Amino acid sequence: MRTRVFQGLLLAVSVVLLLAPADGAWARKRDASDKTASAAKAPAQAAQPAVAVKLGFLTAIVPQGGPFFDPVPPVLGVQGARLAIGDNNTTGQFTGQRFDLTEIVLEAQADPLPAFDNLLKQGIEHVLVNLPADQLVALQRSVGSRPVLLFDVGARDDRLRAVDCAGNVLHTLPSHAMLADALGQYLLQKRWMKWFLVVGAAPGDALFATAVERSAKRFGAKIVARKPWEHRFDDRRTPASEVPVFTQGVDYDVLVVADEEGAFGDELSYRTWLPRPVVGTQGLVAAGWHPVHEAWGAIQLQHRFREKAGRGMREVDYGAWLAVRAIGEAATRTRSVEFAAIRDYVLSDTFALAGFKGVPLSFRSWDRQLRQPVLLAQPRALVAVAPVEGIIHPKNELDTLGYDESESGCRLSR
Amino acid sequence: MPARGLTAALALFSLLSGGTPAAADTLYVTLEKDNALAVVDGAAGKLVKTAKIGKRPRGIVLSRDGQQLYVATSDDDVIQIIDADSLRKVGTLPSGDDPETFAMDPEGKFLYVSNEDDNLVTVIDIAKRAKVKSIPVGVEPEGIAVSPDGQWVASTSETTNMVHWIDRAKLDVVDNTLVDPRPRAASFTADSKQLWVTSEIAGVLLILDVATRQVIKRIGFKIPGVTAEKIQPVGIRIDPHRRYGYVALGPANRVAVIDAAKLEVVDYLLVGQRVWNLEFSPDYTRLYTTNGVSNDISLIELPEHRVTKSVAVGNYPWGVVARP
Repeated sequence: MRTRVFQGLLLAVSVVLLLAPADGAWARKRDASDKTASAAKAPAQAAQPAVAVKLGFLTAIVPQGGPFFDPVPPVLGVQGARLAIGDNNTTGQFTGQRFDLTEIVLEAQADPLPAFDNLLKQGIEHVLVNLPADQLVALQRSVGSRPVLLFDVGARDDRLRAVDCAGNVLHTLPSHAMLADALGQYLLQKRWMKWFLVVGAAPGDALFATAVERSAKRFGAKIVARKPWEHRFDDRRTPASEVPVFTQGVDYDVLVVADEEGAFGDELSYRTWLPRPVVGTQGLVAAGWHPVHEAWGAIQLQHRFREKAGRGMREVDYGAWLAVRAIGEAATRTRSVEFAAIRDYVLSDTFALAGFKGVPLSFRSWDRQLRQPVLLAQPRALVAVAPVEGIIHPKNELDTLGYDESESGCRLSR
Repeated sequence: MPARGLTAALALFSLLSGGTPAAADTLYVTLEKDNALAVVDGAAGKLVKTAKIGKRPRGIVLSRDGQQLYVATSDDDVIQIIDADSLRKVGTLPSGDDPETFAMDPEGKFLYVSNEDDNLVTVIDIAKRAKVKSIPVGVEPEGIAVSPDGQWVASTSETTNMVHWIDRAKLDVVDNTLVDPRPRAASFTADSKQLWVTSEIAGVLLILDVATRQVIKRIGFKIPGVTAEKIQPVGIRIDPHRRYGYVALGPANRVAVIDAAKLEVVDYLLVGQRVWNLEFSPDYTRLYTTNGVSNDISLIELPEHRVTKSVAVGNYPWGVVARP
């Protein structure tokens, strides 16, 4: 308790001190622009011709299903980026900055390299990417020494934050490890310590399952069983008959499911042999963004997105919104559209992004992951927000989610 | 003059008796989740009644004559006019979409409304029940205040992170000041020389000089045993003599007391959970707080700064006004 008090104090002091220089810089620049503005008697809006920051968005069509009552759109993220571009440009009216977005949507399975290279040739320096990990790594390797910042707005793979990390790739959505740790913290709080892990066949399922196993170790939980869920073309196998048999004979507190594509996870609840809750990718889910999230002004972002996109905001949309807003925030605070100024500010300790989660968000210096609270929700209600009450950390409680500096497989010098 | 003599006599009486001059007042508290208005006897600290009103009531303002309440029912997209005695709806004002907070001019003729979803400040003529103008501001306008001298309307935008200075004569934005992340409430001092703005994400109170529209002081908060992330400043009240200012600190469950001359924090008062908005009693002997999570209001005796009572009012108490 004593150390915790001390840490709280330290943090309060550092936040206040760190914010000071940026505004000081603004005040100085503002003085200069005031003189020109008053001389010309120009209105506050569009006082000077806007200078532009050029952004690109690169994604591919994913022919994904989702149930009939909640279909997953084939293109995700673009609408989130557009909304944030609008937000940045509204602010830009007052600061004389403009933000342009070039969107590239590739056919499924297409090679993204030519399109990416084309974006860079147009002078675009900030590229949002919603593509699988392998493709993202290939794009990053093609950049070479060119001044480009990539924002990964969709991939959860922990390896992108470890062996495959890069100084010019920033990740805006929580990693698999962060999601699993959020669940782990909540299960620890509930003292539900015996986990039965069910793993699907999709590539992401095994990755999430690995993260769950790591969380179990971190929070002292026990994986009492781990079973693969296999798809077989056998129509005698119904959920009502299969799930009780599948879960029989194990003594556990919760069923942790790894099924990112929603192939079977929704069939598990209420069908287990023992009456046990389902958590993971279905049931109680961990997420960077969720349809039920309304606190800390999130309801406004939900409303504004729905009005613009004609559908609810999904996680990748939120990831894209964050990336564009991060660039906008840096441009506003530094009063600059220059690449180096924006990059340095985004990666600095001064950077603080408001992301509708009640605390300032910033990028971890060691792996370029955006530190942020993780929502724990069931389909129609928020259950908790991680880090959960009582979890402590010497520097920032958000760093109890995912790989902390000392554990990271990535070492990036500033 | 006779009124003044009476006040002096009352003050003397209270000094002699050692008690508080129990000037009666009636509080009206909007209950965001109950779609209702709670009526509280402020002096006695007792819930008197609860009346259903429109959907998701938040911002609330008392008319200058004290006869009517203006309540933003956000999900109905209107501001309701409610008779303060009968609690009956007597009309609506065209507020624009999703009204949350709004402010009234010193004469009590106009309302200035933040329309969060549309990035607008809507100006309403109360007597005509008509919209005068919509003024474009930054993304997600939130806090709004009219300077007591009638010159300025200050609007804070939560995502643009600016104070937009609207010239009341022109009804246009004439200047903008960049402030710390997620500015929430704004409040002018009685002499119209300073604007106080809370920044929720940075956890600070900013003092702006109105003449230059620059930040002149940034006040942080430190509470032993409370982590920095929990300190989320929201509502502000400053007494008319500018001796003390008060800032609600959200989930830190405290009200910060600011020495308004030295601009320093002098005390933290423990109140209910997620303290949100503040209001003085009409005679400035009490400060009321709405506490969104503990579903009550706290009563603070002034100038002793003593929290004396909490009154359960209903779900998500949001705004509060006090009627003499």
